[in-house]
Amino acid sequence: MTPGSLLQDLLFDYTLRTVALGSAILGLVSGALGTFAVLRRQSLLGDTVSHTALPGIALAFLLTGSKAPLVLLLGAAAAGWLGTLLIVAVLRTTRLKSDSAFGVVLSVFFGFGLVLLTLIQKRPDARQAGLEKFLFGQATALLAQDVAVMAVVGAILLAVVIVLYKEFKLAAFDPDFGLSVGLPMRRIDILLTSSLVVAVVLGLQTVGVVLMSAMIVAPAASARQWTDRLGTMIALAGLLGALAGVGGAVASSLTSRLPTGPVIVLCASAIVIISLTLAPRRGLLWSWLRRLRNRRRLALDAVLLDLYELSRQHADRAHPHALAALEAMNQRGGVGRSLAALAARGLVQAVSADAWNLTPAGRQEAERLAATLGRRP
Amino acid sequence: MLAEQPPIAIDVADLTVAYHERPVLWDIDLAVPRGVLMAIVGPNGAGKTTLIKAILGLVPPTAGRVFVFGRPYAEQRHLVGYVPQRGSVDWDFPTDVLDVVMMGRYGALGWVRRPGRAERAQALAALRKVGMEDYTARQINQLSGGQQQRVFLARALVQESQVYLMDEPFQGVDATTERAILLLLQELRSAGKTVLVVHHDLQTVPEYFDWVTLLNVRRIASGPVAEVFTEENLRVAYGGRVPFDSQRKVEA
Repeated sequence: MTPGSLLQDLLFDYTLRTVALGSAILGLVSGALGTFAVLRRQSLLGDTVSHTALPGIALAFLLTGSKAPLVLLLGAAAAGWLGTLLIVAVLRTTRLKSDSAFGVVLSVFFGFGLVLLTLIQKRPDARQAGLEKFLFGQATALLAQDVAVMAVVGAILLAVVIVLYKEFKLAAFDPDFGLSVGLPMRRIDILLTSSLVVAVVLGLQTVGVVLMSAMIVAPAASARQWTDRLGTMIALAGLLGALAGVGGAVASSLTSRLPTGPVIVLCASAIVIISLTLAPRRGLLWSWLRRLRNRRRLALDAVLLDLYELSRQHADRAHPHALAALEAMNQRGGVGRSLAALAARGLVQAVSADAWNLTPAGRQEAERLAATLGRRP
Repeated sequence: MLAEQPPIAIDVADLTVAYHERPVLWDIDLAVPRGVLMAIVGPNGAGKTTLIKAILGLVPPTAGRVFVFGRPYAEQRHLVGYVPQRGSVDWDFPTDVLDVVMMGRYGALGWVRRPGRAERAQALAALRKVGMEDYTARQINQLSGGQQQRVFLARALVQESQVYLMDEPFQGVDATTERAILLLLQELRSAGKTVLVVHHDLQTVPEYFDWVTLLNVRRIASGPVAEVFTEENLRVAYGGRVPFDSQRKVEA
């Protein structure tokens, strides 16, 4: 498959175009709204909403007999909303902590949903519901009209985020303070949570109930690695989410066996792993390199100072000292390597095969170091 | 002849906060005159933070009411500034110092309106007052404890309130910051503001504050330091274990 034919498919193949567009919208919206969930330490909320949505989907079918996505997703939204209300009630009335409350409600609803699904499957209905496709998503079943709905709802959600940007920022950073300055933080919280519920439900057709939480958390977690500004983080999370969506849609279209939803999530996970390791400053790779560099500098400083101490004990400052003496003073090891590095910087010189002393520059540097460490020169 | 009474800045009556088995605050009556610098002290779990939060309406009271300058607190929010404990936020949040301070103006801006040049100028002025004007673009996760405290103070100052409620502003800050905060509080008092401070260090109460409230679920005592900060009251508040040198005389 050449890039050319891939691009052609993307533009002209109805299914791929639809799935890619739908996945991009899903990634964009869930990434942007997931930013707030992640910042408020409510990453579990995405997972909870998606799992509690399952009985809503089943009940929507049972009550209306309709398999229309809009109907089912409305049921999903209602159930997801109910789940979050229940969690708030549980937190307020019982002594359960936040994570337990989420976990309990999530499991109970999901279990109930699975029971309903099984019951539906066992019904002697000619119209096999196929509702289990909501477990892992069935992106290939997306129609242009579904994507149109996603686009409209997604646009509304993004508009809400843009318009209420400072309110959401305050809700994520310091809601108590927000209350104290007179902003209706409870209403803002409800709005933010509702937006998240809608964002999650939006993606259930594509990615499914079980994996949707990844699309809420992964793009935002990735974005945090690359920026320190909230606005940039939201935009970047949306972009990375969209990238995962399109990437997953394209990758799964290349073979007929790969399900789109999980592949999208894999793409999002790959983006997270890359961000966690390679991002400058916060990335693991760079912290590791920084640590190495600091350790090397400390090793060099130690040998330089040891040489300096030795030289102070001699009337003749230029008297060379044996490598063995330095090695005896040093607990770290690698003295030879440190000396070579110091020599390369012109701070020490080898007077003979295994005797070293400080150069004038080296003595100056050592005196400066000793002064900062509080030793008298 | 009756002397002119200063108006009461904060009037708390029958305030009770009780959730589970034990009450956190019980039947608190408090009358804080305008223009005092008051410390709120008590042992751990005494309800000091809860008192501040209950006054601010952040914690629903089981009973009681709070008046600010004679009117219910809900109508007077704009007159009260809040400096929460440093530990109450996640300092790894992606934002900078100036942005946090401007949050103090969000209430005045109301829905949707974004902070603009005026708010920025106010924030800069507040940062100057706390000595942080060079840190406007600094990420808040790169601030020391003392700097974080100053940012919170600046955020409260931009509100230009009449009353300030502060929760342990001296906790865990360096000596320079402590002096700076104290100077700021004294400036506020000179300007006629009323400042309530949950304070953790009994040693410095007579030196820093002119009024004090001793709290341990109930109000043990409240009034000018000279009258109220006595060994007897402290013993009652701390249950016999006064955690400092009880031989120290109260400054007249």
